[in-house]
Amino acid sequence: MKNNRLIDLQNISIALGGEQILKDLNLYINDKEFITLLGPSGCGKTTTLRIIAGFLAPDTGKVIFDGQDVTDVPPHKRQVNTIFQRYALFPHLNVYENIAFGLRIQKVKEPQIRDTVAEMLALVNLKGFETRNIHSLSGGQQQRVAIARALAVQPRVLLLDEPLGALDLKLRKDMQVELKNIQQRLGITFVYVTHDQEEALSMSDTIVVMDSGEIQQIGTPIDIYNEPKNAFVADFIGESNILDGVMREDFAAEFAGHRFECLDKGFAKNEPVDIVIRPEDVDVVPLERGMIRGNVTSVTFKGVHFEIIVDVDGFKWMIQTTDYVAPDSNIGMFIEPDAIHVMKKSKYSGLYGDYSTFSDEIEMLSDVTYEKEDDGDAS
Amino acid sequence: MHRKSLSRVAINAPYTVWMAIFVLVPIALVVYYAFTDAAGRFTLQNVASIVDYSHTFFTSLELALISTAICLVLAYPLAYAISRMHVKRQSTMIMLVMLPMWMNFLIRTYAWMTILEGNGLINRAVRALGGEGFHMINTNGAVVLGMVYNFLPYMILPIYTVLTKIEQSTIEAAQDLGANRVNIFRRVLLPMSVPGVISGITMVFVPAVSTFVISKLLGGGKTFLIGDIIENYFLGNTGTVDYNIGAALSLVLMILILISMAIMNHFDKDASAGGIM
Repeated sequence: MKNNRLIDLQNISIALGGEQILKDLNLYINDKEFITLLGPSGCGKTTTLRIIAGFLAPDTGKVIFDGQDVTDVPPHKRQVNTIFQRYALFPHLNVYENIAFGLRIQKVKEPQIRDTVAEMLALVNLKGFETRNIHSLSGGQQQRVAIARALAVQPRVLLLDEPLGALDLKLRKDMQVELKNIQQRLGITFVYVTHDQEEALSMSDTIVVMDSGEIQQIGTPIDIYNEPKNAFVADFIGESNILDGVMREDFAAEFAGHRFECLDKGFAKNEPVDIVIRPEDVDVVPLERGMIRGNVTSVTFKGVHFEIIVDVDGFKWMIQTTDYVAPDSNIGMFIEPDAIHVMKKSKYSGLYGDYSTFSDEIEMLSDVTYEKEDDGDAS
Repeated sequence: MHRKSLSRVAINAPYTVWMAIFVLVPIALVVYYAFTDAAGRFTLQNVASIVDYSHTFFTSLELALISTAICLVLAYPLAYAISRMHVKRQSTMIMLVMLPMWMNFLIRTYAWMTILEGNGLINRAVRALGGEGFHMINTNGAVVLGMVYNFLPYMILPIYTVLTKIEQSTIEAAQDLGANRVNIFRRVLLPMSVPGVISGITMVFVPAVSTFVISKLLGGGKTFLIGDIIENYFLGNTGTVDYNIGAALSLVLMILILISMAIMNHFDKDASAGGIM
């Protein structure tokens, strides 16, 4: 990745309807980068995207594009294009005319329009759909037309606002791969907004985790997953056991009633900290070899692994293991030093609890409310 | 199966009867009278006699077209402005548009008489300011004014409805692709609002071309529309009652309206098919 800043958001703040949406946000985006704004609904990710597109003007702060201040430039004069949440195709035009829309405004000659449209249709695998009516297309096909329409005008940046939210799981996975391919083939910058952490992890060069109008962490997917900065990031990205702990000294953390060797240092002596341990990083071992011991309260088969909930002195851990463990058995748990991640205490400490109330169903339900609320923050 | 279809017949029956009594029978009567003479014998003379009224037909069409055009020019920007307002203000504005319709049509038109008269509101105001006063009542202009005033809401409402259905994101998408205000209007709003414009034109043109009250009150006998002539034949205001010629004129008017609606619908179909612009 080259290190030239294409977009620079400086000290952006904005309030909508009396509510502070973004608080002094600073973010730069490199050229040709696939960057994802990730966070729950109402975190300000869509607002950030709309400020880059020019649909919203920030109350304070500047938007710099390729070295120029574009804060007051209207959307139709910016070199960015958007894929809207619900595609926003033109219902009165067919596929060809939808894709040709931007070119016609640029007064491009007809033969060249024809070539570009054909090229775009090939790019999104919709050859032969030229004369089709928008209403006769499936959600996935409409999505492709929206992508072709935006790319036809050769933007420097493509902004994608939860573009796969309305598609079913299988199609979503295919489109993820396809979008990533398109981005790499065309070599343009993608700014992608989603609340789906898995989508963010698998597609992005850089992830920006946001919550309540503030950036929580910026990093590569691996950094974000392995080195979350605070309890919010740890909880939002993947599954994690977040425990209260104390840093006894460098390379020694105490939690769950045991002193563990770890790789973290630089904390004050006896500083209270948050400890993150990913479910796949806990080894299930015979009782006598365990660093800590617990009682298995539930076992769920997940295909690749078993997901077990283990009660350790009242705190419920989630562990993913490939070996079957019987419910209600007592097991030993072994944690390698590099599996322990120590975080400073933050305003999110203690908010997430353990896995005692966890169920897949609740996860699904909360996903639904995310999407509904997102309508609000988009408008 | 049998029972279900029976109940369906029972549900449909009132509507079928209603349609028969209030739509089919009157049309059948119009056709019957149009093609018979006073003695009930078949004749084409009534229909042939409309040639005598071709001038009136033209006046009616002309005034109706002018009124429809003025309504369209006034209604479109207003409907657009309302559709872009905050939701709460939208309903207030639409209420205001509909408010005059809660008053009787005749009373509203009479009101215009007292405003336009030689000794009416406007002229008295002009004279009070030292002006000459104008002749306004009993002119074609007054009739057109009456039509525009009375039928304007029928143009605003359908256009407003289609414009509110256009999502903000569609407009943003156009902006995003480089469209300025003119382009957005020409390439997105206008083509997408064609169905509303079509029904607005129909809803204004049809009553305007067949009105007789407005021309009577504001045209004062000087502007004679086809509706007035039909009314006279049925009520005998000018002497003879002749249902047959009245029916023939009605029939021709109806056919004219059907033809113009067919042309309109053709335009609508073209628009929604979405050809190259």
